[in-house]
Amino acid sequence: MKNYFQNLYKWIDERVQLQSLVEFMGEKYVPVHRHSIWYYFGGISLFLFIIQVVTGILLLMYYKGSEDLAFESIHFIMSKVEFGWLIRSIHSWAANLFILAVFIHMFSVYFSRAYRKPREITWLTGMLMFFMALAFGFSGYLLPWNELAFFATKVGTDITTAIPLIGRPIMEFMRGGEDVTGATLSRFFGFHIAIFPGIFTVLLTIHLLLVQRQGMSEPLFIEDEEKYEKKKMPFFPNFLLRDLLLWLIVLNILAILAVFFPWELGTKADPFAPAPAGIKPEWYFLFMFQTLKYIPANIWFIEGEIFGVLLFGIAGILWTLVPFWDRKSSRGERNRFINYIGIFVVIYIILLTILGWLT
Amino acid sequence: MTEKERESKRLFLKTILYGSLTAFSASILYPIYKFLKPPQQTEVEVSSIKAANISDIEKDSGTMVRFGNKPALLIRNANGDFKAFSATCTHLDCTVQYRKDKGIIWCTCHNGQYDLNGRNIGGPPPRPLEEFRVVIKGGEIFISKNV
Repeated sequence: MKNYFQNLYKWIDERVQLQSLVEFMGEKYVPVHRHSIWYYFGGISLFLFIIQVVTGILLLMYYKGSEDLAFESIHFIMSKVEFGWLIRSIHSWAANLFILAVFIHMFSVYFSRAYRKPREITWLTGMLMFFMALAFGFSGYLLPWNELAFFATKVGTDITTAIPLIGRPIMEFMRGGEDVTGATLSRFFGFHIAIFPGIFTVLLTIHLLLVQRQGMSEPLFIEDEEKYEKKKMPFFPNFLLRDLLLWLIVLNILAILAVFFPWELGTKADPFAPAPAGIKPEWYFLFMFQTLKYIPANIWFIEGEIFGVLLFGIAGILWTLVPFWDRKSSRGERNRFINYIGIFVVIYIILLTILGWLT
Repeated sequence: MTEKERESKRLFLKTILYGSLTAFSASILYPIYKFLKPPQQTEVEVSSIKAANISDIEKDSGTMVRFGNKPALLIRNANGDFKAFSATCTHLDCTVQYRKDKGIIWCTCHNGQYDLNGRNIGGPPPRPLEEFRVVIKGGEIFISKNV
């Protein structure tokens, strides 16, 4: 058996020179320090994304993306298809854990200034994937065509009309018409299973290649400490095995959540019914949703809604471009300002999310 | 051929090349753009509907009715008078409802509030609800767009 694998390896190696790749992998080291734990969240995000791809493809076998059949097909998956409830529940839970892992990964990279030169492109591709993760969540949320999803989509797409001139065409493009209808469902289905995964895969490939090429970033203050004796561990196999062990733990958590807290389907959307009381978006949009509640109808001379969109739009752009305005970190100097902003953002998100949850 | 002529020839070829590249891209992108733009549905614009029978609507209640392909809210107040509004919240397109306990029209999405004349009185809605005209003929309630 061993011989067989060796021969296979030799056969491939002769043709594509595998040896140099293996040597490259062997030379890669991961820094070991008291903040090393944060390195694992990128891997966890990747793992959860893989789960989404697999369970998503499985769901595709039965899901029907139309106004009349979407709700019924998921009901069918959950009640008639063997293990359908499990696959669907895992897909929903993994989506939420994925976004949580991505949030943690993003903030850990932010606070450790890992975005600084020369890793600006890694940060940018990461941020684009973060926005895509939210878009995945938003588009996937509508697919069961239930009441909550219907109104969440109405509100979420209507927000774009706050943008002058191009806002309305964007909304109509997303909805496939003036209102949220079966046409919207078809489009969201297309975005969710074809367009987004396509773009995401390209970004992910660049992101991972860059991480392999440039290696892990070390936090600034550790680089600074001259006395500090640098420890490191080989990426292959040491770090990878730890990664895999963690993936196994995440898979267990996911299984427990999916089995003991199965994802609900709710009631089918009725475009002529009032929005149900206590309607809320998914938790990762709650802080924005709650902010919109507090913004009055008019601020100075602009509508509250436009103000909110502007606020989050500008904040998102500034956050994405942090490697380009935080020059100090790129020069290897301390920049406490970055910490203050980061802490403010984390506290703001947590506080508003809790408020949104409670009210 | 002089240098100047060569220069002019190069410019000519460049213009042809980039011009045809632009035209080529446009001929691909234009159909895609047009394809993605949802077609205008030529639906008959509804201007008036029969909403309900008077006997079916209790005093101090709100009923959802279909006005074309949009929801409308028909309200009968405590005195028995009827009012009708577009049920689409002017804030972010959610569907509003009548709240009996508070005597207001309420949008659950962002806690928008309107009085029974459709005026925005609280929360984020920037404008009043669109009001419809209510006409009662022989025990039947008709609502129509205010023209």
